[in-house]
Amino acid sequence: MDKQDFLVEKVNLAIAGGSTLAIQGGNSKEFYGYPARGEPLDASGHRGIVEYDPGELVITCRAGSLLSEVRETLEENGQHFPFEPPGFGASATIGGTVACGFSGPRRPWSGSLRDYLLGVKLVNGSGAVVQFGGQVMKNVAGYDVSRLMAGSMGTLGLLLEVSFKVLPRPARELTLEFECDQAEAIRQVNRWAGQPLPLSGASWWQGQLRVRLSGAETEIESAARRMQAGQVNESQSSWVDLREQRSAFFDRPGKLWRLSLPPATEPVELDGDCLVDWGGAQRWCFTDEPTDRIRSIAAGANGHATLFKGESDDERFHPLPPALRDMQQKIKKAMDPHGVFDMHRMSRTG
Amino acid sequence: MSSITSSQLTQELQTAVPRRILLDSAEAMRPFECDGLSVYRQLPMLVALPEDIGQVRQILQTCYRLGVPVVTRGAGTGLSGGALPLEQGLLLVLTKLNRILDIDLQNRTARLQPGVRNLAISEAVAPHGLYYAPDPSSQIACSIGGNVAENSGGVHCLKYGLTVHNVLEVKMLTIQGEELVLGGESLDAPGYDLLALVNGSEGMLGVITEILVRLLPVPETAQVVLAGFASVERAAASVGAIISAGIIPAGLEMMDRLSVEAVEAFNSPGYPPDAEAVLLCELDGGEAEVAEQMAAVQAILAHHEATSVAVSANEAERLRLWQGRKNAFPAVGRIRPDYYCMDGTIPRRRLPEVLADIREASQRYGLAVANVFHAGDGNLHPLILYDANQEGELDLAEKLGAEILSLCIAAGGTVTGEHGVGMEKIDSMCEQFAAAELEQFHALKNAFDPDGLLNPGKAVPTLHRCAELGAMHVHGGNLPFPDLPRF
Repeated sequence: MDKQDFLVEKVNLAIAGGSTLAIQGGNSKEFYGYPARGEPLDASGHRGIVEYDPGELVITCRAGSLLSEVRETLEENGQHFPFEPPGFGASATIGGTVACGFSGPRRPWSGSLRDYLLGVKLVNGSGAVVQFGGQVMKNVAGYDVSRLMAGSMGTLGLLLEVSFKVLPRPARELTLEFECDQAEAIRQVNRWAGQPLPLSGASWWQGQLRVRLSGAETEIESAARRMQAGQVNESQSSWVDLREQRSAFFDRPGKLWRLSLPPATEPVELDGDCLVDWGGAQRWCFTDEPTDRIRSIAAGANGHATLFKGESDDERFHPLPPALRDMQQKIKKAMDPHGVFDMHRMSRTG
Repeated sequence: MSSITSSQLTQELQTAVPRRILLDSAEAMRPFECDGLSVYRQLPMLVALPEDIGQVRQILQTCYRLGVPVVTRGAGTGLSGGALPLEQGLLLVLTKLNRILDIDLQNRTARLQPGVRNLAISEAVAPHGLYYAPDPSSQIACSIGGNVAENSGGVHCLKYGLTVHNVLEVKMLTIQGEELVLGGESLDAPGYDLLALVNGSEGMLGVITEILVRLLPVPETAQVVLAGFASVERAAASVGAIISAGIIPAGLEMMDRLSVEAVEAFNSPGYPPDAEAVLLCELDGGEAEVAEQMAAVQAILAHHEATSVAVSANEAERLRLWQGRKNAFPAVGRIRPDYYCMDGTIPRRRLPEVLADIREASQRYGLAVANVFHAGDGNLHPLILYDANQEGELDLAEKLGAEILSLCIAAGGTVTGEHGVGMEKIDSMCEQFAAAELEQFHALKNAFDPDGLLNPGKAVPTLHRCAELGAMHVHGGNLPFPDLPRF
């Protein structure tokens, strides 16, 4: 369904009327960031795959397309999004997926969502339909506005179409399980990550390290032998559960913090319960410790901390240094001079 | 723009930085008059070779105060005139900032000054079994700062990504001398992804002063297969077939007959002399995986009627088979005195028709074109052969080049895959982008550099320039008046 004209008109009416639009896809990640302010604009009707030629390793779809449907199409052709984007619900759209910019367990080895973005078509804050990047693998003409859109939470423009690089699904995957404490898990995974091993996931929780291998049959079998696993598990569903935050660790109320750290960082000293993902580069923690302390621990390790889920009056996103905050405001102004796209979703001060 | 003279600028600067880092005589500045695209030459007003970041900041603050434009230059190997000096500007050369600041083995990263050579990174970490993946062909000389500015690719980027995929953090100074730290030591950073915006920004947004790159483990093994084909079409079809089979080679390169003849005459790497096209496909990974994939690739090559197939049995053979490809540019350079290297990218499936169109255009202009390219990602490097000493040939070569770029745009591609727009392709940008898109680029530039002092006139054309040029706006492959034949 092509709703481009409708959406462009909505944006231009809002510009003319001086109002603010809160772009909505499937609302599956409404919990993230601050509540939207402004007139809701449902962009989920603009859906459908525009172009997909598996031999090109590129898919172009309208931003309202369901993530689950696009995923299915890729799977039917033996391909996938290597960055394993979570949907956090069946209603997740491609536009929302790009706007939040999340990547799943494979991220440290495959690259992130933004790494696979090749091009976007969007309505900018002047109401113009503009296209950046394209459907080719290499393109350095003009600034990389496509990747700028990843994680910008709908504050810079209304996405209409997105092109991604996609890759063949690995021939075989298996999971190795080890019993060890957190510190040893982090050290071991980072030792392995410095060796040519077909790693594609590494998470630790409650004394169990789980490492996923992906690749050619013979290759992962020889790697598994070298790594001397206690247990070998063929099931893939646990990685999907981790990606979607449906595993036992996530099944509880409270404040869920996301610490993004250099991977080899020692275990963080927070009261509560932490799960290690991304080979140590992403730590999920349920903790009631004060925001400032969590932030200072993350910053002390040269990382940052986000309140991912849960009630709080504190800043949810890691504060930016003043020079960078000023620059972000200038970027916002450059993309959206009239402030037609809600900024509050990403910044408490709007 | 300021009307300050060279001696006034020198006088102002030497109160802030040592006199020895400033070059102002024509003789001293001559080596800096061009980058790798030597058809454009211009002496700057002044060259500065800062020895530390403090000096860079002082120079920027002084130039900002005086309204003097600044062009930043790394090793000067760029192929699009991005580091071409301005007559009324300062050339800021960062080659003296060439220290590897830190290697973090636990987190597999290297912290670098911008003047560190690309290859020096891999050499420094090789004892630890690590390397820096992006490998532009100039990697022995080109600097990491320039790589970030151009978002450089290379033979291995099909599998391992471009510079943007391998850089974790960039420190840069704005024209006002203010430091911005983009990205960080973790895999992502809060706020907008300005790191993505700065990769490939061609010195238009800031001056890069420090870079943190990620390092990868050196693959267990690598093997290359060289195949000859009786037609370019068959070689191109096997490229698509390899990728459709779920194989992502570490490198997938193609050369046409003229390039093959040139390299055989140059250093006889043993390429099939009668082939219309040769394909080089490198696979890397574990021994078992490479063996498995090599068998699959050989079956595909046979199915596409390869006329010859040679597989490297050891490292020496692998390097020998690559020799021809790696020396293709200098080898082609021996056929005629000059060549002009293009850099368009197209969807892979359009390779045969675009190559046929290039052949037709080459005949029409009477200038030979040798094709050497990164077939795996559709990045073409047509080399237009000409003789600058023959009246009018350079002009003709540039016209043919612009036509080839138009072909790439019409095929749904781009005017530059990895060399950048610089000065060279500034007019072709008018064709690839519509006015609203160029305006958006200018607005972003303005956020970083409100006075337009960083590398003015490069990378993004003004709307005025495009209007004067009367360039057609081609969008989504839809040419105006699609029925008219275009050559």
